[in-house]
Amino acid sequence: MTTENRNATGRIVAAQGNLMTVEFDGIVRQNEVTFIKTEGQRLKGEVIEISGNLAKVQVFELTRGITCGDTVEFDGDLLTVELGPGLLKSIYDGLQNPLELVAEQAGYFLPRGVYLIPLSRTAKWDFTPTAKVGDTVERADYLGSVPEGVVTHRIMVPFTFIGKGKVKSIAPAGSYTIEQEIAVIEDEHGVAHKVTMFQRWPAKFPIRFGQRILPVEQLTTACRIIDGAFPVAKGGTFCTPGPFGAGKTVLQHQISKYAHIQGVVVVACGERAGEVVELLKEFPELDDPATGRKLIDRTCIICNTSSMPVAARESSVYIGTTIAEYYRQMGIDCLMLADSTSRWAQALREMSGRLEEIPGEEAFPAYLSSRISELYERAGVLKLKDETTGSLTIGGAVSPAGGNFEEPVTQSTLAVVGCFLGLSRGRSDARRFPAVDPLISWSKYNDRFAEFGDETTRRRIEIAKKAHRVLFAADEIGKKMSVVGEEGIGRDDMVTFLKGEFYDAVFLQQNAFDKVDTATDIARQTEQLELVEQVLDADLSFDSHDAARRFFLTLQDKVIQWNYTAKNDAAYADRKETVLKTLKGHTHG
Amino acid sequence: MVKTYNRIEKIKGSIAQIRAEGVKLGELAQVKMRDGRSSLAEVISFDGDKVTLQIYTGTKGVSTGDSIRFLGKPMQVACGDALLGRVFNGSGVPMDSGPEVMSEKVEIGGPSFNPTKRIIPKRMIKTNIPLIDMFNSLVRSQKIPIFSIPGEPYNELLARIASQTDADIIILGGMGLKFDDYAFFHQYFSKTGAMEKTTMFIHLASDPVVECLLVPDMALAVAEKFAVQNKNVLCLLTDMTAFSDSLKEISISMEKVPSNRGYPGSLYSDLAARYEKAVDIEGSGSITIIAVTTMPGNDVTHPVPDNTGYITEGQFYLHGGVINPFGSLSRLKQQVMGKVTRKDHSDLANAMIRLYADAKKARDRESMGFRLSNWDQKLLAYARKFETRMMDLEVNLDIEQQLDLGWTILAECFDRHEVGLKAEWITKYGKWKGKAA
Repeated sequence: MTTENRNATGRIVAAQGNLMTVEFDGIVRQNEVTFIKTEGQRLKGEVIEISGNLAKVQVFELTRGITCGDTVEFDGDLLTVELGPGLLKSIYDGLQNPLELVAEQAGYFLPRGVYLIPLSRTAKWDFTPTAKVGDTVERADYLGSVPEGVVTHRIMVPFTFIGKGKVKSIAPAGSYTIEQEIAVIEDEHGVAHKVTMFQRWPAKFPIRFGQRILPVEQLTTACRIIDGAFPVAKGGTFCTPGPFGAGKTVLQHQISKYAHIQGVVVVACGERAGEVVELLKEFPELDDPATGRKLIDRTCIICNTSSMPVAARESSVYIGTTIAEYYRQMGIDCLMLADSTSRWAQALREMSGRLEEIPGEEAFPAYLSSRISELYERAGVLKLKDETTGSLTIGGAVSPAGGNFEEPVTQSTLAVVGCFLGLSRGRSDARRFPAVDPLISWSKYNDRFAEFGDETTRRRIEIAKKAHRVLFAADEIGKKMSVVGEEGIGRDDMVTFLKGEFYDAVFLQQNAFDKVDTATDIARQTEQLELVEQVLDADLSFDSHDAARRFFLTLQDKVIQWNYTAKNDAAYADRKETVLKTLKGHTHG
Repeated sequence: MVKTYNRIEKIKGSIAQIRAEGVKLGELAQVKMRDGRSSLAEVISFDGDKVTLQIYTGTKGVSTGDSIRFLGKPMQVACGDALLGRVFNGSGVPMDSGPEVMSEKVEIGGPSFNPTKRIIPKRMIKTNIPLIDMFNSLVRSQKIPIFSIPGEPYNELLARIASQTDADIIILGGMGLKFDDYAFFHQYFSKTGAMEKTTMFIHLASDPVVECLLVPDMALAVAEKFAVQNKNVLCLLTDMTAFSDSLKEISISMEKVPSNRGYPGSLYSDLAARYEKAVDIEGSGSITIIAVTTMPGNDVTHPVPDNTGYITEGQFYLHGGVINPFGSLSRLKQQVMGKVTRKDHSDLANAMIRLYADAKKARDRESMGFRLSNWDQKLLAYARKFETRMMDLEVNLDIEQQLDLGWTILAECFDRHEVGLKAEWITKYGKWKGKAA
């Protein structure tokens, strides 16, 4: 906590692109933050290699104008995240710079060298103490709480506090800024530490104070193909690789909107700025059905889009994860979505190239897969000291080169995630959205939910499995049909094929632009699956292939009309009845 | 202050190295050659007093004794109304017979736009081309490439879109352009009267490779200046594959580790830095970018189209002289379809594409000699109508007419329950005769 050492200083001796060679005096840490003073500005950078009295520093900004001999200040700290009330509703760049404030100060563009304080120093928060004078505490223990929008924000003993301590004083309930002292804690050596409502933590180290337990609870997303067929666990991990245009970002946005969860951190990492703008402008308007507040109240957005400096792209993912972990420590269920981890991996590649490291596959550094594992392993369910649990679910979009899943980033990701939602060009070309390909995707959580879930869950999983078998059979028949033609297959096969297509059309596909169909809660999904089961089980026979196709098209059309009908709509029951009647009209026995 | 250096120590590719002090990264220098030519050069790295310069016009004929003078500023481009109707090369030197422009200058490759200051784009750009307006609507501030192959009429399409839209300013960035193509643009814009609001930055195929890299930066810096002055700018960039190849050439000659097929690992970021200049500014103008990306070997997984696809907001595939409805995509279309345009727009367009996809399969079955079902026959008839009446690039219709034509074609080919459209739309806009069953 206390560093007596004076920070090192240095000067630029060589520069190429974003990589500076700095000659320094003093003590320098690997990954220490540095500031380069040039043209009256201070440019943030990070030490990435040290050799003798030379340090290699990668700069997070445009480096134009830097000249030989420019002064370099070493900060003494690693790249840290400021944690405290006010993170939700915020929009940060990859270095936790608050973008809205930057805009107020600097206008349309993002000038380099402008670093503002992430959390407001003037906003007041209503603090209620829970700890008492004399309590023995250790790091991450709760001292009190403040209400922050939808969550109860716990004020914790700083994570950097080592050993056990005694609460010497604690502030009474009242309104405080985050800089005001709310407690004093005396450590084992008798040193008193002032505690405020915010703290700093190095982004690349996980926050994990508690016991990790197996994720067994489902995270519902209101997206049928995920919840019904390839579910995700709270505290689990998933990835959504797909070629461009397959709808990765739309899917991620859907999840960030409709996931049944308390806190969401969206990291827009090296992707289009326009997509973030949709979140920025829509989330303050959209209602969060779970709390009745606005979606932005539960969301923190980290935005380091593709034209923003590449080096900060690497840190953006860690900053987002650290913020989500911080909330998990309060017993909150959090979701971190990164779009896209491939851009993050490319940032690693660029840095590795500049350091002239020996390249691995497709010039990615050899440590790529260990970095990816490290990141996804930060997800998980934590059992906290007070027996409550908090979870962090991580979902990463992957943008494989050429849409080819064999490439290193996709492969390294698949090795560590619990659920794979593979998007395919074929499905998006055929306008089958979400373009998650049911024939290649998988989830390791299904069996776990079946084991730990209730009767309804088991029933739902059972139907989905049955439907999945039909889908595979239908695919086989479809392939055969493309070789031998429709007349080359039997009537039974034709019916199986149409049943598979039916399941795909009415359940797996979902219209994100219909205000009802866009989000289906889990109860309605169960109802829909039960209806699908009736169709799959029905003993149907037809005079001709054409008749079969006509019947299924009509039935499908009716189910889709029902899907588009809100549950509280008077027509809801009627439309379902129509479907069942149509089905009965054709069933034997 | 101004010091001249007369000793070049190393010359390689487009790179020259000298010993100098106090120079800045990105600073410009003037190289005066012994044969009287002169060129701009840029500091790309330094190691102590060893300074590496990239010479814009290449190192052909550069001697170890040429004089180099540092200018103390980075590359800049003149901007403003004085540029309209004018043509410049990649270094910003006039290519037409006009004088040098002395107006206000801005640095190229400036900082990126603050995302919180962007607005959700929702102003449609009408082109009167059905495959664009109806199926993949173009929206102001969009960045979208035309994926094509050499020989296709992509430059003609670009020129037609440019002259049929209502942009305030058109900026053409030509990279690796054949002289004939440059002449075509010049003639076309002069003929349609668009030249008065057009500025061109042209790198011809035979020009030095470094200038090719500068073209998009020059074009976009000028565009940005116009956009913050409340102008709607349409920026045409053709061909971004030539730009990427220049990046490759220079990065290889600088001995950087290539990542994929010789392209630098930074290709994605390099392309994104340019495309992301597209913007709709709250309370001011906009920049829309339509680019051309020729796909080597018609391979969309080639690094250039592949990286581009991840950056841009969709793409148009131009193939066989028509815009291919499969794969072509405008990511911003949802912002205008059914919101700015008629309510049925989105569902109708999706249904028509879905049916056309089915028709393709039916056509495969037909070509393999299978007996066709009634449904197949319907699909085939539909495909023929769709192709001749909507896909053809000659079709020039207003969006309302396009939608009505869509419903007419559906009614001619299918029964109303076969098209998978909401009953509400069918009743309101469908062209079927008689009441619903």
